[in-house]
Amino acid sequence: MTERAQYAIGVDLGTTHCALSYVDLDLSEGEEVAQHVLSIPQVVAPGEIEPRTLLPSFLYLPHPDELKKSDLSVPWRADPEDVVGELARRLGSQTPIRLVSSAKSWLSHTGTDRRAPILPPGAPDEVPKVSPVDASVRYLEHVRNAWNDGHPEAPFAEQDVTLTVPASFDPAARELTAEAARLAGYERLTLLEEPQAALYSWIQRTAGEWRDAVRVGDVILVIDVGGGTTDLSLMSVEERGGSLELRRVAVGDHILLGGDNMDLALAHVVRAKLDREGKQLDDWQMRALVHGCRGAKELLLSNADETAAPVIVPSRGSKLVGGSIRTELTREEVTQVLLEGFFPEVPASARPQGRARAGLTTLGLPYAQDAAITRHLAAFLGRQVGAVEGERGTFLHPTAILFNGGVFKSPLLTERVVRVLTSWLEREDAPAPRVLEGADLDLAVARGAAYYGYVRGGGGVRIRGGTAKSYYVGVEAAMPAVPGLEPPIQALCVAPFGMEEGSEAELPPQEFGLVVGEPVRFRFFGSSVRREDEVGTVLDRWTEDEMEELDAIEATLPADGRDPGDVVPVRLRAAVTEVGTLELEALPRTGEQRWKVEFDTRGE
Amino acid sequence: MTDEKPGFFVRLFFLSWVAWLRTLFDADFAAGVARLRRGLLPAETKPAEEKKEAPPPKPVVLKEPTPDAALQLLGILQREGRFVDFLEEDVSGFSDADVGAAARVVHDGCRKALHEHFDLEPIRAEEEGTKVTIPEGFDAAAIRLTGNVVGEPPFTGSLQHKGWRIVKVELPKLTEEHEVTVVTPAEVEL
Repeated sequence: MTERAQYAIGVDLGTTHCALSYVDLDLSEGEEVAQHVLSIPQVVAPGEIEPRTLLPSFLYLPHPDELKKSDLSVPWRADPEDVVGELARRLGSQTPIRLVSSAKSWLSHTGTDRRAPILPPGAPDEVPKVSPVDASVRYLEHVRNAWNDGHPEAPFAEQDVTLTVPASFDPAARELTAEAARLAGYERLTLLEEPQAALYSWIQRTAGEWRDAVRVGDVILVIDVGGGTTDLSLMSVEERGGSLELRRVAVGDHILLGGDNMDLALAHVVRAKLDREGKQLDDWQMRALVHGCRGAKELLLSNADETAAPVIVPSRGSKLVGGSIRTELTREEVTQVLLEGFFPEVPASARPQGRARAGLTTLGLPYAQDAAITRHLAAFLGRQVGAVEGERGTFLHPTAILFNGGVFKSPLLTERVVRVLTSWLEREDAPAPRVLEGADLDLAVARGAAYYGYVRGGGGVRIRGGTAKSYYVGVEAAMPAVPGLEPPIQALCVAPFGMEEGSEAELPPQEFGLVVGEPVRFRFFGSSVRREDEVGTVLDRWTEDEMEELDAIEATLPADGRDPGDVVPVRLRAAVTEVGTLELEALPRTGEQRWKVEFDTRGE
Repeated sequence: MTDEKPGFFVRLFFLSWVAWLRTLFDADFAAGVARLRRGLLPAETKPAEEKKEAPPPKPVVLKEPTPDAALQLLGILQREGRFVDFLEEDVSGFSDADVGAAARVVHDGCRKALHEHFDLEPIRAEEEGTKVTIPEGFDAAAIRLTGNVVGEPPFTGSLQHKGWRIVKVELPKLTEEHEVTVVTPAEVEL
């Protein structure tokens, strides 16, 4: 049905930036890969269009009188109503009430209706609102149009597109991402986890030498700290049929914590210093201070000899010399805030303090309460101790590290992570981890995604692994009701760990009664550690650490051919689509009908 | 005169076209235009008289810079590095520390803008202060000889400034309606 694509396209839909890389399939063979990064035309200032490799993931919804319509024109569209990319970021920094940012984090925010117009959150009524899905569609459309603008001979819809998602995205967030991509005209779509994409990119860059850089038994820890999120994955190196094989064995929780938090933390330290000097900053100056701190941080982190870097908060008016505030960021402050705040030296037994609470609020994102990435890492490795056979320590021992994300351009931060991990490993008599060098920290995900599209066609090694969680439906236990006590709940496994793309789980023996014509909701759980549970396994109890409650799922039986109110016994079957999303279907005891069970249940 | 205004502009428009075409294709006319631009009157009929005596001097055709790109660059330097603000401010009353602080804003931003839109490379790769030899047939536009300029090439001297050359320019494209004369808009916070 489908013709062979000319290009394998990889799209990184990031929290703060998007990027597109592509492999020319006709010109690539084996490890000779003809790969490029697309420069994405975008409005950088009113009326000025420039191609850049990164598209800031921001959408700005201007007031009708704010800008000339033509100021927002892009090559493929004259006079649009709103704008995506660099100009959106720029305008939004001055007028935050009209800026949509972090749409991706909202897409994965359980407890909100992600198809409802809720962004920008808290904006005045007259500001048009969009849903997290809409905003994602806008970024993806922009990327597609940019491609078509530059490659009129190879329409985007006819190419194989790999879109990346955080490894920690739950089934609902993956489904919504795939839905946004379909709405944006991505027809030949596959999803890929970002840490896997980063590893693919590293493999490609070593041009075959990766086989010498890793060995059987290696466990590679991928630490991906982006602008807004931190994503952890573990990959093991195995042998099958005489050749090396990579397997993704575990993924971490979704942690809303990234480089932007670091810049903000530094800015608050400097602001406190200015406060003590009696210099008050307004919101505009504070944003300028964040910008200044980012520059100073980069200077200090890349230059070990400097003890301090100046930070200037420019005046807002045209009087630059008289109105600017000068201060500085010292090495001590950077060390204190970044190293001790975000990467403290903690023991392997450390755990994050306070968990991000999901589902309680729709007003803000559930940011990580503990900023210490090393504590999140300790918790992840501790929880995944059983992910690799033969592991005897108190935590899983990685033997190699791959860093990803712009934050790790600083050798100070990578060295700190390596040192902390080494200290944990030494206590358990394990060797220090090796660092896999040569990653492209900003573009690895897009590059790796494109390369994955290429190797899927048989061009090289693939990372196996399937789903990184097992999934459960909550079932009320049959027992006499006790007043004031919620009936205890059991968890029925419907999807085992490690389901591959394009596979279906078995049908569990348990049946549920669905009421015809009425939506029925089930509690839904995922576990990243219960690898052994099979379809039909029923759990009576579990620890908070091994199971995570996800958004409720919902099934509605249409009334066709049945009487509304009738109860139909159904069984639930899980499948992983070729795109890479999980699907649940309700199957009646007899007949061929199937009904889709929705993951995203449109709020309460 | 007022009722003739459209006619005046039409004539002006026509004149500008004729002038442009003749500048391109008529060497004498172009020389006249060039003199005009230097603030001199056109050389009337003089060249015609001299024609018979000596070969005519090669006309100097001066390129008219298009202001759009220059204005756009000013806008970029202002946006990224507050360039115009800095130059337009009277700095005489401020201390060097104040000027220095502001200069950092200008330096950081303009440097970023420069590197974003231009690919720069030094014309000479040698260290400044080292001895260099300039061969015969060198590009006089790219290498300036100074001081004791006598003798025949190859010349030997000390490199004082390594020179800069732009190897690539990439300025943002502009929409047709874009107003380049606005270097930075006035800002009004509501």
